[in-house]
Amino acid sequence: MTITKYRTLIFWLTGVILAAAVSAIVFYGLPRGIDFTGGSLMQVSYPEGRPPLADIQKQVAEVPLGAVSVRESGDNAVVIRTRTMTPEEHSMMLKVLSQGVAITELAYTSVGPTFGSQFATKALWALLAVAFAIALYVAFAFRKVSRPVPSWVYGIVVILMLVHDLIVPAGFYALLAHFTGAEVDALFITALLALLGYSVNDTIVVFDRVREHLVHNEKSNVKEEFELTVGKSISETLTRSVNTSLTVVLALVALVFFGAEATRNFALVMLVGVVAGTYSSVLVAAPLLVPFARWYVKK
Amino acid sequence: MTRFRVLGIIALITGLLLAYFVWSTEANPTSPYRFKFGLDLAGGTELVYKADMKDTPVEERAAALSALQGVIERRVNRFGVAEPFVQTERASALSGSTEDRLIVGLPGVTDVEAAVVALGQTPTLEFKLATTSTSLGQATSSMGFISTGLTGRYLSSATLQFGSGATAGLSAPVVIINFDSEGATLFEKITRENVGQTLAIFLDGQLIQQPVIQEAIAGGQASISGGFTAIEARNLVNNLNFGALPVPISRQSSSSIGPTLGAVAIEASVMAGLIGFVIIALFMIVWYRLPGVVSVVALAEYLVFMLAVIKLIPITLTASGIAGLIITLGMAVDANVLIFERTKEELRERKSPREAVRIGFSRAWPAIRDGHFTMLISGTILYWLGSSIVEGFALVFILGTLASFISAVSVSRVYLLALVPEEGKGRWHFLLGSGIKNV
Repeated sequence: MTITKYRTLIFWLTGVILAAAVSAIVFYGLPRGIDFTGGSLMQVSYPEGRPPLADIQKQVAEVPLGAVSVRESGDNAVVIRTRTMTPEEHSMMLKVLSQGVAITELAYTSVGPTFGSQFATKALWALLAVAFAIALYVAFAFRKVSRPVPSWVYGIVVILMLVHDLIVPAGFYALLAHFTGAEVDALFITALLALLGYSVNDTIVVFDRVREHLVHNEKSNVKEEFELTVGKSISETLTRSVNTSLTVVLALVALVFFGAEATRNFALVMLVGVVAGTYSSVLVAAPLLVPFARWYVKK
Repeated sequence: MTRFRVLGIIALITGLLLAYFVWSTEANPTSPYRFKFGLDLAGGTELVYKADMKDTPVEERAAALSALQGVIERRVNRFGVAEPFVQTERASALSGSTEDRLIVGLPGVTDVEAAVVALGQTPTLEFKLATTSTSLGQATSSMGFISTGLTGRYLSSATLQFGSGATAGLSAPVVIINFDSEGATLFEKITRENVGQTLAIFLDGQLIQQPVIQEAIAGGQASISGGFTAIEARNLVNNLNFGALPVPISRQSSSSIGPTLGAVAIEASVMAGLIGFVIIALFMIVWYRLPGVVSVVALAEYLVFMLAVIKLIPITLTASGIAGLIITLGMAVDANVLIFERTKEELRERKSPREAVRIGFSRAWPAIRDGHFTMLISGTILYWLGSSIVEGFALVFILGTLASFISAVSVSRVYLLALVPEEGKGRWHFLLGSGIKNV
């Protein structure tokens, strides 16, 4: 029973999933929230019931702010997004909204434009730094195994898996954003970065098994096809990978259904990411070592 | 075995003590160790200002920033809210250019604009005459002050000097105040008319210093000496110079969360945490039997340990921090699962139960080490990224990773080795087995 036998099929399937995720990102885009672009976000609730959205939009238009988006949020609240409001504009907005109806301002966030763009740069740097540091660590941790593939290949495969594990949830988020009006915010970046750590952990467990077998084989002078070693390692770690993901998934499902509104999208992205991460570390990461090994032996 | 039984009991008692600590500090409303909730959960306003340092020499920036913090802190304190905070932050190296920021947190304040207006007011520096002379050395409690009309508007600069005054050879710090020409005239007039009186200095309505006028002072220079240390003198100079803000600041972001939204978020997060824990516990016990039970105890200890650490440091809990806690809970299970799967494999190879547990732990070790290490790497970089919402998550994530490490490789191990006998019959094989069928 080896997964490595079906690797061509798996690689194709992975390709299709990645293509779907990338096209979701390309077509729908990842709308950047005010953490990145700067702007103001108001969450206002109507304790006596929310008036029709069109009425609210009409009220909002009385404040000269240019393009303003008004979305429904929960049962009786709306989220209003504008360019960065001045204090006067904010008070004016509150005034026009409360015409003839009681409102409560649940939350108000305002981010200056330069602050926003800095956050984006920082987030990008952090992503690159995490990926680089992890690749280095993996290459170091696997330094004792260099046959049939050198240890840096493990590091590269880990990075490839990272890319996969980030693109899939990002694609999912593009869909989510398209249908619910969610935006890319600091929490989304947090989710991606947490996934980086998680996904690597998963891949490392499988690689660790490959490493153990290779060291063992070398010591006891056993000659074994690399493909076989990899396949064995995958099936031996399968239960563990599935069970671990299951527990994390359970924790996340609890967070999605019972957690705070503020962390719901975060938990959803993590959920998709964890499933994608398990898929990639079990079915893609280790099998990917095989063609690398072939190519390396040929050379 | 006995050694592990003793260790196991110690671990169990430690866990119970931690749980008691967490529970009792939370039940006592006056305890200093109650959870501190972030503004997103407790409700309040956060304002982020950028300090414009481009005209400030590099070596003076740190001082300017702390002076700025002092000025803002005084203004914040006038707000009268419980536990306001003013933090300074130097943007991390990651963002390329350094930037100095000031973060103001006002728990319970939801009117952003009122807060902004109050913080943005130009501070007042005032010289007032005390109506009661203190020259007799007897300050009465009903001392009043009359405005002299001399304010910070007339101040041109203040400097710190160390004069070799009468004080026993030690050079005493002297604060020199320079007025502009208009102020100098006014100052001379006031001092001539009130020799022996106290001329109190007020900043933002608060009494800062009350020097006694010794003689009429011409030339627009006053000196204040005596009664303060070099550090106090330096602060005074800073306060005088920077009575107006030492550097211009501009608001970069502000956010306010209403108290209802926060309360709902706390309730939901706690609920999610409890449900998540119960589901994971059920799964572990059903699937992994005895080790499952052990891991649930270890997990519970992991959880109370984390809560105790969060209370002791203290870490301010935000919604993202609680989410981080719930996720690390899921991850803490992972190390246990790794170990149990390994143990099971050893059992299949007909090892004795105790031997299997021991080898299981040592075999799982490299994977646990590497996995936790990479999580630490990403956690650290996340923390470095520095935005407050990410920081809350990262700190809990880092601590959670460390705690999970300890909980899995020491606590679970001690319990299992304390329970599993050297020679076991079929019963132990069942208890250490897993899944629907037996191993």
